[in-house]
Amino acid sequence: MKKILSIIIITTFSQLLTVSVFAGSDGTKEINNKSNSSKQNYEVKDCFETINRGVFAFNQGLDKVFFKPIAKGYRYLPKPIRSGTSNALSNLSNVITIPNNILQGQLKEAGINTLRFSINTTLGIAGIFDVASYYGLNKLDKEDYGQTLGTWGVKEGCYFVLPVLGPTTIRDSLGSMVNFSGGDAWYNVTVANNTKYFENSDYYFSRLTSGIDFRAKNLEAFESLEENSLDLYASVRSLYLQDRQRKILNLDETTETMNDDDWEEIDNQ
Amino acid sequence: MLKIKIISILLLISLLILPLKSKEPSLLISEIVNEASIILSSTDPVESKIIKLNNIAETNVDINGIGMYTLGKYRKTLSEDQKIKYKKLFKSYFLKSFSSRLVDYSDPKISILSEKKINEKYTIVNTVLEETSKNPEIKIDWRIYTKNPDRPLIRDLIVEGLSLARTQKEEFKSILQNNNEDIDYLFKSLEEFIIK
Repeated sequence: MKKILSIIIITTFSQLLTVSVFAGSDGTKEINNKSNSSKQNYEVKDCFETINRGVFAFNQGLDKVFFKPIAKGYRYLPKPIRSGTSNALSNLSNVITIPNNILQGQLKEAGINTLRFSINTTLGIAGIFDVASYYGLNKLDKEDYGQTLGTWGVKEGCYFVLPVLGPTTIRDSLGSMVNFSGGDAWYNVTVANNTKYFENSDYYFSRLTSGIDFRAKNLEAFESLEENSLDLYASVRSLYLQDRQRKILNLDETTETMNDDDWEEIDNQ
Repeated sequence: MLKIKIISILLLISLLILPLKSKEPSLLISEIVNEASIILSSTDPVESKIIKLNNIAETNVDINGIGMYTLGKYRKTLSEDQKIKYKKLFKSYFLKSFSSRLVDYSDPKISILSEKKINEKYTIVNTVLEETSKNPEIKIDWRIYTKNPDRPLIRDLIVEGLSLARTQKEEFKSILQNNNEDIDYLFKSLEEFIIK
């Protein structure tokens, strides 16, 4: 029971690290995503929209009273402290990215990330300083088990909103569960196994800090989105799905994110 | 006198037959960014800044095109009167949204990295909004419609790989789907946003 509770709490904070989006439908609505590069059609079932909108509103309230004020306070910390924290957390995420690089056949990236992790953990003092970039090993995109499942052809499944956790899909949730089944070395040495070096709290603290760091970096972006959206729920859902699609396909950000069919039709009118 | 007339006519003809120099998409973005930067860093009142920023958008953004794109399949069902009303509403909505997003920046530093021609109609200009003490570096790609090379127009902004036009389209789609596909409800939502 304690273990299940831990997993729920961890999933919560892991979700905060992704773009906060929420979605759902009453089982009938579909969002079509197309990629010019892959020529694949995606149909995401936006499940239980009525309930999801309620959960979304709850999450918004929670953000307002908890995460947003903390993120604002975090902004007052001196920049070197924030950068160091961000670097250390990013370095830690390599323990999930590297196995996923391998699972996706990205052996070169796996090698670079392994070198980056080794250098930054040692010379960079637990990742606080990004020494590897100084040696020309630039930071690469993060990978996770949800993305790996996507590259293996697993469809998103139902898209839904979890309380506190935020937006997800069946596939992304399954991916998160892999972290707690041995797929996350940081979880293994802190929570799953008793070691004399780390406590459970180290893991929870790192997840919470990651969430706050992410929120602090996006304070203005979220505010702007809130102020300018006619339907914030739908905007967030769209952004989440676009973000996941782009990450899974490892798309060239500039040229392959849009389907031109609608534009063609407008041009020909 | 006749000589001057002939020279004038020849000059006029030569000007007319000279090929018009097309504007490079990255040059367009560079000009817009510089112009916006001057406006935003000025001491002008906010209202004045908004008017000037809106002028830039009206000249360089394909607002009508984006408006029709964001309607998706619903644009086929609109009557001519509804189209006229929608275009007017969308333009006001777009300009208000555009200026309110920008006006909070006092002096944004945007660097142009490269440009990539996708086809005859589109070029992508890659830029980066430089890191500040508050915000991380943000990649912004501008999708430029270049069918008329003399008047390139912005059709989309892709922020960190996320298309704003597509997000807008899916937002409008959701509003319509949740309100019996009633276009008047979308009009009402736009009107409420414009007057708030």
